[in-house]
Amino acid sequence: MKHIVIIGNGISGITAARHIRKRSNHKITIISGESEYFFSRTALMYVYMGHLKFDHTKPYENNFWKKNKIELVFDWVDKVESTTKSLTLRMKGTIQYDTLIIASGAKPNRFGWPGKDLKGVQGLYHKQDLELMEQNTKGVQHAVLVGGGLIGVEMAEMLLSRNISVTFLVRENAFWSNVLPLQEANLISRHIRSHHVDLRFENELKEIKGDSNGRVQSIVTKSGEEIACQFVGVTVGVSPNISFLKDSGIATARGVLVNEFLETNVPDVYALGDCAERTYELPGRRSIEQVWYTGRMMGEIVAQTICGTKTKYEPGPWFNSAKFFDIEYQTYGQVGNELKAHESEFYWEHSSGTKCVHVIWNTMTREFIGINTFGIRMRHEKFDTWLRAKKSVDFVIEHLAEANFDPEFFTRYEKEIMLQFNEKAVLAH
Amino acid sequence: MKLLKSFGLALFIIGFGLFNFSFFWASYQITPDVIHTQISDKKKSELLIHESSSMLNQQFNSNFKFVDELHSAFDRVNQSQVNAFGISAQELDQLVASNSEKFSIASVDSVFKGSDETAAFKQKAFRDYGSWLDGQPTQRAQLQQVADNIRQYGIVSQFGFDRYSIKDLTYSLTKASAISPVKNNPLLYLLLTIGLCVVGALIYIFPKLQLAPGIKNNGIFFNAMKNVKWLGILTGSWLIAFYVVLYFYPEYMTNWVLLVDPVSKMLSGNEAGRFFLYGFIYTLCILVMGVRMIINYRHSKYQILRTCSVMFFQTAFAFLIPEIMIRLNQPYFDFKNIWPLDYSFFFNNRLDTLLANGGLGIFMLVWGIALIIIGVPVFVYFFGKRWYCSWVCGCGGLAETLGDPYRQLSDKSVKAWKAERWIIHSVLVFAVVMTVGVLYTYFTNNSWVLFFDSYKLREIYGAFIGAGFAGVVGTGFYPLMGNRTWCRFGCPLAAYLGIIQRFKSRFRITTNGGQCISCGNCSTYCEMGIDVRWYAQRGQNIVRSSCVGCGVCSSVCPRGVLNLEVKEEDGRFGKPILIGNNHIELVE
Repeated sequence: MKHIVIIGNGISGITAARHIRKRSNHKITIISGESEYFFSRTALMYVYMGHLKFDHTKPYENNFWKKNKIELVFDWVDKVESTTKSLTLRMKGTIQYDTLIIASGAKPNRFGWPGKDLKGVQGLYHKQDLELMEQNTKGVQHAVLVGGGLIGVEMAEMLLSRNISVTFLVRENAFWSNVLPLQEANLISRHIRSHHVDLRFENELKEIKGDSNGRVQSIVTKSGEEIACQFVGVTVGVSPNISFLKDSGIATARGVLVNEFLETNVPDVYALGDCAERTYELPGRRSIEQVWYTGRMMGEIVAQTICGTKTKYEPGPWFNSAKFFDIEYQTYGQVGNELKAHESEFYWEHSSGTKCVHVIWNTMTREFIGINTFGIRMRHEKFDTWLRAKKSVDFVIEHLAEANFDPEFFTRYEKEIMLQFNEKAVLAH
Repeated sequence: MKLLKSFGLALFIIGFGLFNFSFFWASYQITPDVIHTQISDKKKSELLIHESSSMLNQQFNSNFKFVDELHSAFDRVNQSQVNAFGISAQELDQLVASNSEKFSIASVDSVFKGSDETAAFKQKAFRDYGSWLDGQPTQRAQLQQVADNIRQYGIVSQFGFDRYSIKDLTYSLTKASAISPVKNNPLLYLLLTIGLCVVGALIYIFPKLQLAPGIKNNGIFFNAMKNVKWLGILTGSWLIAFYVVLYFYPEYMTNWVLLVDPVSKMLSGNEAGRFFLYGFIYTLCILVMGVRMIINYRHSKYQILRTCSVMFFQTAFAFLIPEIMIRLNQPYFDFKNIWPLDYSFFFNNRLDTLLANGGLGIFMLVWGIALIIIGVPVFVYFFGKRWYCSWVCGCGGLAETLGDPYRQLSDKSVKAWKAERWIIHSVLVFAVVMTVGVLYTYFTNNSWVLFFDSYKLREIYGAFIGAGFAGVVGTGFYPLMGNRTWCRFGCPLAAYLGIIQRFKSRFRITTNGGQCISCGNCSTYCEMGIDVRWYAQRGQNIVRSSCVGCGVCSSVCPRGVLNLEVKEEDGRFGKPILIGNNHIELVE
């Protein structure tokens, strides 16, 4: 029986623990200073908006961990010593491990803007950020958000739910356009504006100004405009949370460096989730993937490896999802923000301007490469199967109705999509 | 928009305030005429007039005082009848004296002789109540016991008023004795109370149309009404009080019943009873709050259709059609109510009424039975229990409309789930045993079944389950324990539908591959307290007997993970595996 210690109780660390428990009798300890129990990070926004209480974000009842003999330690790890296989905790002394899993997540980026440390300036990742935001937004009239990604739009929605008006500064020419093709980026931009967000493109933050109490008072954009505000949300991405690994002997770059088995350079030490940086290539994927689903998959893999079945981290076809105010988004396969040389595309948008489907395929072989869908739910299982089987785009369009996952009685658009697709195909010939 | 909302709220509060005020806003004066019209037995009505003579010339300003006085008048009638017809100590002495060793029932005739009513009664009653003493050694204590039983049961029901008729008469006499502005002008006050509430509520609700279609859960857990805070507790207390009065003390709410007299007369031609008032308010709640539900979920056609369905079934089937049947001199019948939720379906009075009404009565009987043995299993097989619970049922209809603001209050713990299964299935067993007993009594005329009295059992069921659980707890606890407390823990029909849904149905909630992010919206907004996320986050279908298929989990899911589906039974239960990751094997 080994003692397996996991740093971090997010989705990747928790998944690893649960799967190790299913497969073995090892002693498992999870250390987190962020929260006593596992909660869903993606649900923090709903707590602020009053949709949920914090307790609702906990996927397992509190007695689940004891029942499954998973020990929880509520503390921060200050130091890791891989030579002696020991951890130094902030309050509760040292802990010895046989196997260490680092799943310490990430922290919000903050670039070197003047005034970035003023009161009322913050990012959103940890539970503590949520608590801070609760305090920081008390009595606030207007807020500015910087950075056009998923957390930015979440923050906009959160602030609006408390009747705080929002100016949203985005560096690019459309919302999330480093990920979304322009058509979708425009659709979502329109939707964000329809919720009365003052969305400004090609605009960057230059400086944050404070008042005499050290609280944010206004921001100045690169174009020189000054906008009065009492809260600034900084949502320009996150980076691995690994500062406690300094001098541990564990190799890091931007994140903890891992091979295909999620092993670090030190034996018996693994890293996964938002803090892990892959040293090997996976086609079409970034070396650090800060997504719920990849964190979970890495947890499943590392558990298998630790329990004796050495397994490579080779996730299946890419998938992801999000919700922007009232519009749901799902993606399967690879849809880049720009069409690649060998790719063709088909884009359908509903007349309401709130639903669309964007399909990408290989021009020569007609192999289906990926799909983005907004406002229409699709079946993961179908696309997973079709992508693995390398189905043609014609097959996918023809069978699109089978992939529909919208509730009963919802209007179906597959016929319209198919007609338009065929029309365009004829035109192309 | 804000102004309009406040205006609506103000109207509602005024209407609701007047409604509550009107509860007390009457004085009462009883007259011989009133007593004669309410009590058909001439002798009894004369007695009551005599004993209530002190009340006759007096106007009472409080219904509590009036009801008190009325109750003591009934008591005095009963007491004087007991005095007149009760067997005296002297007569007992004579009985003992004439039966020196063994008691002979024949001796009764010699002690109570004479042809007057009193002697004849005493003679017959002692023979009926005391026949078991015949041939026993004479004991004064036993004879005394017989005399006491006669006082308590025989005299009161024959010459006085037993507790059931006191209950009924107190209600009808109070209603008939009321002198109130409401009685003089019921329509005006109906508009000023309930009418104002309806208009105010709609004005409060309609501005929501200005918000973009989509989930409207902002601020629910900060809301004093929706989160078991002061307003919720106050509302719950009011509802509980309302149900207690409605079921157990209707004589105090006669002024409210007067409000809806004109409506009842228009529909059935009769004066309103308390359950007409209840049905009227109930239907309005479903309609007004149904409008709210539709506006809130107008991005979902499933929710729109489902809400329209419960609004239709309540208005037409539960409220209008039964009243119209009465107007046409046909039995009162709710075509969508199904035993054992409709627990009195097999009661002798109802069976007799149906059987006495020729072809239509027989049709109603066959229809009711067909729903139980064919309708339920067939529809549940094809659609899941939702076809009833969240599309047709009246309790479900109220829960999905008036109760929607409270759906997040249901307990999701495993402990609650365990309690739920024990309690709901016990109620089902109780309902079945009670009904079997009632039918046994119906066919054999014997009220004693094995070890219980079927009349007593149906009375207990009616009070504790029918009124207490379904009414007081079921609706009164909306703001405290969520809107499906009755449906989840108590409804025997839900238990029956659920057993079929669990084991033989094409219905399930499918989870979408690996897309779940464990956010918890689905579990939080499940009114039945199902921990939907538990299944979704492991990629497993949700097949639970309690699921009423309201579809809200699917609506609130931000990632499109949940979908209510009917498909072939194969693979319905599904393996708990999340797709999207290679090389992962399933370990149970």
